[in-house]
Amino acid sequence: MAERVRVKALTPPGHVRVPWYLRGKTGEIERPLGAFHNPEQLAYGLSAEEKPLYRVRFSMAEIWGDAAENPNDTLDAEIYAHWLEKVVIHAA
Amino acid sequence: MPHDHHDHDDYHHEGMSSSGHPYRADNDGPLTYWQRLEIAVRELLVEKSHLTPAQIATQIEVMDARSPANGAAVVARAWIDPVFKAHLLSDASAASREMGFDIGPLNLIAVENTADAHNLIVCTLCSCYPRNLLGLPPDWYKTREYRSRAVREPRAVLREFGLDLAESVTVRVHDSTADMRYMVLPARPEGTEGLSQEQLASLVTRDSMIGTGLPRQP
Repeated sequence: MAERVRVKALTPPGHVRVPWYLRGKTGEIERPLGAFHNPEQLAYGLSAEEKPLYRVRFSMAEIWGDAAENPNDTLDAEIYAHWLEKVVIHAA
Repeated sequence: MPHDHHDHDDYHHEGMSSSGHPYRADNDGPLTYWQRLEIAVRELLVEKSHLTPAQIATQIEVMDARSPANGAAVVARAWIDPVFKAHLLSDASAASREMGFDIGPLNLIAVENTADAHNLIVCTLCSCYPRNLLGLPPDWYKTREYRSRAVREPRAVLREFGLDLAESVTVRVHDSTADMRYMVLPARPEGTEGLSQEQLASLVTRDSMIGTGLPRQP
């Protein structure tokens, strides 16, 4: 089963590459992409450490709720690991 | 100056060209802050011998020479060569380089259209696009309208491009938010069994590799 993750609903100042419409949304890891220099430092010419990057797949229903055109359509985006938290599903 | 006077021809409207179209204003206004900054940085790099003007001109020519024809050649080969197609879907950068395209540091992912799924590429944050393979993006790709609506109502956007997808087809939108760039591997049109790789490539449009269109029918 694919790993479920939630995008942290943070609003830090400065350059971030997590779209607003995905913050707080839950999706599944579609594939790991490897490590890339963190754009949040790179944007300011700072030496940027490498951070793991993932492609996360969200359902349109998760992002837009009842306003989704088709709830089962999907959206994939690249999100850095430090913006993701694991979603633990508790057994009933 | 020769154009300072107005002629009083009956059939020339004020401010219109002789063919009846409005004149477009010359773009010779003052430079913007960013244009001045670019010139200053470029001249410094040249003065300090980091770059020559010829190198800069060559790089602009290389970028301008890239076109959707490069991507079309990749798609056409994937249509006729199953081993290459598998390579393209597992590592699109390596597959493109294998075909001889100099794509620089481009991290490319190819996503496949099938009978059940249609892919659409967008960059909501800016204008990320696989330029090193497909050339410069179309102007509409960079507009706020396309960038915001492609993720919110992709089916409505596709209908405006002339593509009315059945509800049974899953739409998969790909937002290029970080280091990867995307191209769509469109489905091979029916009735193209006898065509050569070159003939197939001529069916592959730019929009079919963004996902806002389908390949041409032969």
